[in-house]
Amino acid sequence: MNKIYYLFAAYAVTWIIHITYLWTIVHRYARLKREIEELKKPGV
Amino acid sequence: MKRVFPILGVLTAILLSYALYQALVVAPTERTMGDVQRIFYYHVPSAWTAFILFFINFGASVFYLIKRRPAADIVALVTAEVGVVFCTVVLVTGPIWARPVWGIWWTWDMRLTSTLVLWLIYVSYLFLRRFSSSGETPLLAASLAVLGALCVPFVYFSIWFFRTQHPQPVMGGGGSIDPRMLHVLLINWLAFSCFAFLVCWSRYRLEKLQRDVDHAHALESLLAPRGSVR
Repeated sequence: MNKIYYLFAAYAVTWIIHITYLWTIVHRYARLKREIEELKKPGV
Repeated sequence: MKRVFPILGVLTAILLSYALYQALVVAPTERTMGDVQRIFYYHVPSAWTAFILFFINFGASVFYLIKRRPAADIVALVTAEVGVVFCTVVLVTGPIWARPVWGIWWTWDMRLTSTLVLWLIYVSYLFLRRFSSSGETPLLAASLAVLGALCVPFVYFSIWFFRTQHPQPVMGGGGSIDPRMLHVLLINWLAFSCFAFLVCWSRYRLEKLQRDVDHAHALESLLAPRGSVR
C-alpha cells in the first residue's frame, strides 16, 4: 500500500474518534434536555 | 459564559484547520520516512494532551480525597474521559505509523506496552464510575486515579530507561528535530490542547447538569405520595 494512505488513515481515524466522542456528548445533552422537560411538566 | 463558548469553538476550529495545513503542507518532508512521518503531528500532541489531562485528573482526585468537593470529582471524571479519548488516538495512530516504517503494526516493547496499560487503567476507572452503584464510588475512583497517575511518568520515561524501538523523545531526550518541524508540532499541540479544553468544558457542564437532574429525580421520588412513584 502507498505510504500516503497510512497518513490519511491516521488523520481520518483521529477525527473519527473525536467526532464520535463529541456525538455521544451531544446525544447525552439531548437526552438530558428531554428529562428536564419531563421534570418541568406539572403533576408528573 | 454562553457567548464565550461558541467564540472559543470557532477560534479552536480555525486553529485546528491552520495546524492541519501546517502539518500537511508547510512542514518539511522527512528524509527517510517521507510523508508518513507527518502522522507525528497528530500522534505526539495527542499523547502530550492525554498526559496533561491525566495529571489534572490526578490533581483533582487528590483534591477530592482531601476536601471531598463534588466539583473536583467532576473535573476528575471529565479529564479521565477526555484523556482516554486522546490516549485512544495515540494507540491507533502509533500502529498506523509503525506499519510502513517498522513493517509491523505492534511490538510488545516498553513504551507501547506501558501506554496500553495506562489506557487500560483509565478505561477501568471509567468502567468503575459507570457501573459501580456504591455511594463510595467517587472515593474509590479517586484512589484508582492516584495509582493510575503513577504510570504516566513511567510511560514518558520508559524510552530513556529501556531499550525500545520507539523513537527518542522530542523534548529533553537524545533525539533532535528540525526547528520547522518543532514549530508545526507545537502549533498542533496548542490546537489540540484548546480542543481538549473545550471538550472538557462542555463535558463538565453536561455532568453537572446530569447530577442536578438526578438530584431533582431523587427529590421528586421523596415528595411523591406513596405508590405514585414510577
